[in-house]
Formats: sequence, structure tokens, C-alpha cells
Amino acid sequence: MFEQFFFYIFATVAIVSAICVISVRNPVHSAVFLIVCLLQVAAIFVLLRSPFLAAAQVFIYVGAVMVLFLFAVMVLDMGKAHWKEHLHGQSAPAAVLAGILFILLGYMALKGRMTAPLGTYNEAALVKNTEVVGRALFTKYIFPFEVVSVILLLALVGAIALVMREKRP
Amino acid sequence: MPTLDLILEVILLTVKVAVLTQIIFALPMPLTWLERKIAGHIQVRLGPWRVGPHGILQPFADAIKLLFKEDIVPDKADKILFKIAPLIAMVPAFAVFAAIPLGDTFKIPVIGAEVKLYLSDMNVGALYILAIGGLSVYGMILGGWASNSKYALLGGLRCSAQMISYEIAVSFAVIGVVMLSNSLNLLEIVKSQGGSFLSWNFLYLPVGPVWFAIFLIGSVAEINRIPFDLSEDEGTLSSGYHTEYSGMRFSFFMLAEYVAMVTVSILSVIFFFGGWNAPFAFLSFIPPIAWFMGKVCFFIYFFMWVRFTLPRYRYDQLMKIGWKILIPLSLVNILITGLMLI
Repeated sequence: MFEQFFFYIFATVAIVSAICVISVRNPVHSAVFLIVCLLQVAAIFVLLRSPFLAAAQVFIYVGAVMVLFLFAVMVLDMGKAHWKEHLHGQSAPAAVLAGILFILLGYMALKGRMTAPLGTYNEAALVKNTEVVGRALFTKYIFPFEVVSVILLLALVGAIALVMREKRP
Repeated sequence: MPTLDLILEVILLTVKVAVLTQIIFALPMPLTWLERKIAGHIQVRLGPWRVGPHGILQPFADAIKLLFKEDIVPDKADKILFKIAPLIAMVPAFAVFAAIPLGDTFKIPVIGAEVKLYLSDMNVGALYILAIGGLSVYGMILGGWASNSKYALLGGLRCSAQMISYEIAVSFAVIGVVMLSNSLNLLEIVKSQGGSFLSWNFLYLPVGPVWFAIFLIGSVAEINRIPFDLSEDEGTLSSGYHTEYSGMRFSFFMLAEYVAMVTVSILSVIFFFGGWNAPFAFLSFIPPIAWFMGKVCFFIYFFMWVRFTLPRYRYDQLMKIGWKILIPLSLVNILITGLMLI
């Protein structure tokens, strides 16, 4: 009862703020709405009895990634005159791609392919949430975990390579 | 249907939250007086002297002044963000205390009832504190941006870059503590350091002191105090992100800063100096809360002492310390800690 009530509050705020992220003009306001949205997702994680994921969500996404976003937005666009959209005719392919992604995700979710079961855990084991998540990540899901790490590393190297090239004449 | 026990529990919790919030709200008043007094004595002058004996009523005078000051919102400012930024800075500073224990249990002498000295026994406490504590920076970044002034914006930018750089080091230090104590729960962390002072994490040689140094330096940088207060560097930025703020809104920023200082003092004690454990077993007749308060007071004094002794770093030095010294050092230290624990 209570849980459902809170879930609807968090879900509504999350969706409304997510819509605001893409509809407001000012990029700093967008970032603020994204922070609100991510916080709601963290709250939903708490309702799902995974406090570790909730704390990690707040810590990594809200605490670190969004600070970087804000930093970038503030450095890139100091003057208000530049806050106009530069889509360069990308809106049509973007819409198509978003539509395909939406259909794919919806199909997967309806088919129940989006879940990765941890196995059976009772309430008592879930209290040791951090241990359960850690053990699952480093035993059963070690391969996807490593793949994701390598992809992140590649992205990092790529970002640095992009910046380096600009410096050299 | 909620049972009677549950209702009582909720009432007790509400009372605890209310009392704790009042205490934290009131805490900056004596702290500002102390800080100015200590500053005075360190610089061989008297400090506040005129309002009350030894200037002890100075905080009240300051509070009245701040309350009656005109609340100025700059004409070109982003009105909404400008108004809520001080609150964004202040709320996380208070929210952190949901996971911070001030002791185990306390027996009220006359009734004989036991009261828990913590709000929630969270099993991700350390992570929660890191996560929520990091949110305060948004108040400073958004406040700096919304003021629509050069100095404030630069202060906000410096704040965000500094925050990202040092949060990594601080989290590594907390990971080190979690490795040593084998738990994310703050009560467990304190329990693992029971006995004598030899079992404190600080004295887990050789890695303990290094973790403590990383934690301390990173924390001072995160709470924006000298020698790392680049975001409100009055020499170059007039007063950084809160240049345009006045009256109560300004005092909210100050409140958040002082509460953060108390939080960092408490965390240093819990993570490295055994929390409310006595340093020697034969001294355990002194109530744990007294040990805890004593240690916390020492750290608060320490931060004030540092503030009036050290000069400010340059911004490039700040970044160098964060990325080139603290982060590699903590990576090496994690390796050594892991090897020692095998």
C-alpha cells in the first residue's frame, strides 16, 4: 500500500522532470531537472530494497557525473545568446533511432528479458545488499562486468585522443 | 494496521530528528564565536570582545544583523535558482546526519530507558554519507551560476572542479576504512575499533595514517576551507560563489559550511579514531558520549587551527595535489591494504 503510494509519487516526478530535461530552453535548467530525475530513480531503488544501488546512483550519477555536466555546460555556454538549438538536420534520424530503441526496450520489458535474476534471496539476505550485489558481479556476471569496464576505458581513451588531436598543429 | 509499537517508534524517531536538527541549527552560533576567538588568539589579538563578556554574545548580534538585512536578488539573476541555491547547499548537510551515529545507546538515568543515539542503522551508511554529502556542492555551483556575476560564476566553476577532483580521493579513503573494518555500517566500523587505541584504524600500520592523511586533505578540500577555499578566494574573487548573496541566504551558505565541518570532524573520529571507544580499557568508566564529543571537539579545533595557520594554495597546485598525489597514493594504498588483509 505505502510502497505503491510512494512509487507513484517518485515515478510521476521522475517522468515529469525527464520531460522537462528535454523541453526547457536553458541547459543549466535541463541539468537541474536531470538531477531531480536521477534522485527519483534512486528513491525507487530504495523502494526495491536495494539501498546499495540507491546510494551508488546518488553518489555516481548525481554526485559526480552531473557535476561534470554542469561544469561543461557552464564553461561552454557562458553567454545566453548561444542557447539556441543546433540540430543540423539531425532531428529526423534521431527521432527514428529513439523510436527503434523505445520499441526494442518495450518489447524486451514485456517479454521479461530485461531482468537478470540474482537467484533466490530472502529478506534476511537482502539486508546484506552490498555483499549480494558484489558477489553476483564478481562471480556470475564477471564477464559482462569486465566487458563494460573495457568499453568505459575505451571511451576514456577516445575522449583524451580527441582532445590531444586539437592541440597538435 | 500499524501497531502501538510502530506508532511509538515513529514518534520517538520524529522527536530525535527534531532535537538533532535544532542542535545542528544552533551549532554554528558558538562555532563562529569560537572560530573568531581562536583566530584572534592565533594572530595575537583579542577577537570579538565588545558584545557581552569576552564577546560571547557576538553570534546573537550577528544573527540579528543577518535577519534584518535586506535580501537582495540581483536584477539579471536567475531568480528561482538564486533563491533555492542556499537551500540546496543546506539540506544535504543536515540529511547526512540521518546515517551518522553519535553513540551506541544511552541510558537515561532516572527512567532507566535506553535511547539509541543514532537515527538509522543503515548498512550502506558510509556510502550514503559520501553520496548525500556530495550534493551540497550543487548549492554552490547553482548559486554561483544563478547570480549572473563573473566572480560568482568563477567561484561556482572552481567549486565543481575541486569537488570532482577530491571526491575520488575521499571515497578511496573511505573504501580503505571499509576494507579495514569489513563493513559499510558506521556502527560496525566503530565496533571493529573497540578495545584500546591500538585497534583504531588510524594505527593500522602502515596504511592507517596514510588513509587518514588522504581523508583529511580531501575533506578539507571538499568543505572548502583554507588552504583549499579557492571557490571563495577573497583575494581574487571578492567572495566567490556567494558574492551576490546577502542576509539570511548568505547565512544559509555559512550554516552549510559549518555543519559540513562538524560532519567531517565526526567522520574522522568514527572512521579513524575509534568513535566513542575509550583509548585505554581502564578509562572506559568515562561515558562513551564524552569521549566522542571530546574527539570531535579536537578535530573542530584542528580545522580552525589549520585555517588560520596555512596560506591558500594556487589553483594549479590544488589540481596537482588532487590528481597527481592523492589519487595515485590512494590506489597504491588500496593495493597494500588488500595485501595486508589477505
